[in-house]
Amino acid sequence: MANPIYTRRRVTNQVIMALAWAAAISGIIILALILSTLFVKGFAGLSLTLFTQSTPAAGENGGLLNAIVGSVIMTVLGTLIGTPIGILAGTYMAEFGRATKLTFAVRFINDILLSAPSILIGLFVYDVMVTRMHHASAWAGSVALAMLVVPVVVRTTENMLLLVPDSLREASSALGSPRWIVIMKVAYRAARAGMLTGVLLAVARITGETAPLLFTASGNQFMSTDMNAPMASLPVVIFNFANSAYADWRQLAWTAALLITLTVLTLNIGARTLSTPRSKES
Amino acid sequence: MNEPSPSSAGISMQKPHLGQREPDGGKQALTEKVSVRDVSFYYGEHKALKNISLPIYERKVTALIGPSGCGKSTLLRIFNRMYDLYPKQRAEGDIQFDGSNVLDPKQDLNLLRARIGMVFQKPTPFPMSIYDNIAFGIRLYERLPKSEMDDRVESALKRAALWDEVKAKLGQSGLGLSGGQQQRLCIARTIAVRPEVVLLDEPTSALDPIATAKVEELIYQLKNDYTIVIVTHNMQQAARVADYTAFMYLGELVEFGETRQVFTKPTKSKTEDYITGRFG
Repeated sequence: MANPIYTRRRVTNQVIMALAWAAAISGIIILALILSTLFVKGFAGLSLTLFTQSTPAAGENGGLLNAIVGSVIMTVLGTLIGTPIGILAGTYMAEFGRATKLTFAVRFINDILLSAPSILIGLFVYDVMVTRMHHASAWAGSVALAMLVVPVVVRTTENMLLLVPDSLREASSALGSPRWIVIMKVAYRAARAGMLTGVLLAVARITGETAPLLFTASGNQFMSTDMNAPMASLPVVIFNFANSAYADWRQLAWTAALLITLTVLTLNIGARTLSTPRSKES
Repeated sequence: MNEPSPSSAGISMQKPHLGQREPDGGKQALTEKVSVRDVSFYYGEHKALKNISLPIYERKVTALIGPSGCGKSTLLRIFNRMYDLYPKQRAEGDIQFDGSNVLDPKQDLNLLRARIGMVFQKPTPFPMSIYDNIAFGIRLYERLPKSEMDDRVESALKRAALWDEVKAKLGQSGLGLSGGQQQRLCIARTIAVRPEVVLLDEPTSALDPIATAKVEELIYQLKNDYTIVIVTHNMQQAARVADYTAFMYLGELVEFGETRQVFTKPTKSKTEDYITGRFG
């Protein structure tokens, strides 16, 4: 084994391998540090009052009820508004307008929207809705979140539908299916796991967004389900409480961060489970 | 299509021609089920088929053979206007089927495709249960009570010689079947709609020899009830299953005739060169 070319190749291999290991381990260590700190500090604040009381005024006891309810309402509504738009746009791009200029334009703009800073979305909705309604509202917050859902769902819907082989569409057409049945019964069916994953990832993304809500839903110290009024949310509570002078507010911020992280973690695991191909699917 | 009512009734009346079986092919008068007259086909500017004319006889198997790129699959995809799914593809000429021109722009493509079924090169089971794979096509045009649908699914699977292998797992995904079983499922799905013509596009090229033998046996059975057009690159297969054979080369129909004659006494030297393996 004195072949110099082979020796050099082997050494190169080992060096690169060591670097790859180092990179992977440092990534995991950083993540572990963040999560362990979050878990230790967050769990310290877990109690029943968290879910029964609203955010407190300084010096009083309280929980996160108003923020949890607000986050759930606006996330659900944002998803309900954004998902149909995203799926329809993605369907157009993959099924009807595959090589059209409109599709290229929409894909390009969608990619920009996908990586646009979310604070821009917040400012846009602030300008379009909040200044016109003269006050922050949960509606505005939901619309801002929906605008973050749309590009994610458009992207995944288009990609997943493009993965469905045309031979399936041909086979379905060859039986005499009209176009809409080909799409609804065959293409969606073949792509549904991936499309659902996209929606879950979009929900995971908006769950932790602060910037779009700051200017739109603002915050609300009290429990409110009025869609025309400002509404509290977990990320905004973190934003407001994390740097405060009061220890109990900072504790609530930690716990809110823990709740969001657990939610996102669950959604991601769910999305991962869905997107792994199953052998038996009916 | 000139049918008075293009409704489901029109389709369900097109029963397979049970009870009218011929004892063995050949002796009876031939009817032209489909008549191809002077058909040309274009992919954009490229003329892929040049003035093809040939008859497709009722309840016979017609094989289209020829080297890769000769246009045999292209011709097959004209019969059910499959090419219509793609822009920039167009056909000219006249294909008479049941009194109307298949190529007529006013042709109702969904109804046409329900009457002229197609099985593809690669098995294409839908991502749903075996039962639903069969029921899918039936539900497009007929609303049947559960028991009747069960019967239709069962008889289609029996005709495709698949029933015994899948009867215990009708609720499982069609994707879990082997390649040969999937292809027979696709054939069952096609005949469940009760088409009059069945187009087979190299149906065994993705299958192993045993599965191929089963599908060939099936084709042999099916011609009692259906008019079959099969594209194959396997000349032995054409010789085994086809009553008539069309040899195509570079987008032209070189020779058409009874399979025995085409293979034993070809009239064109090009055909002879091909079937004796001198090119292709």
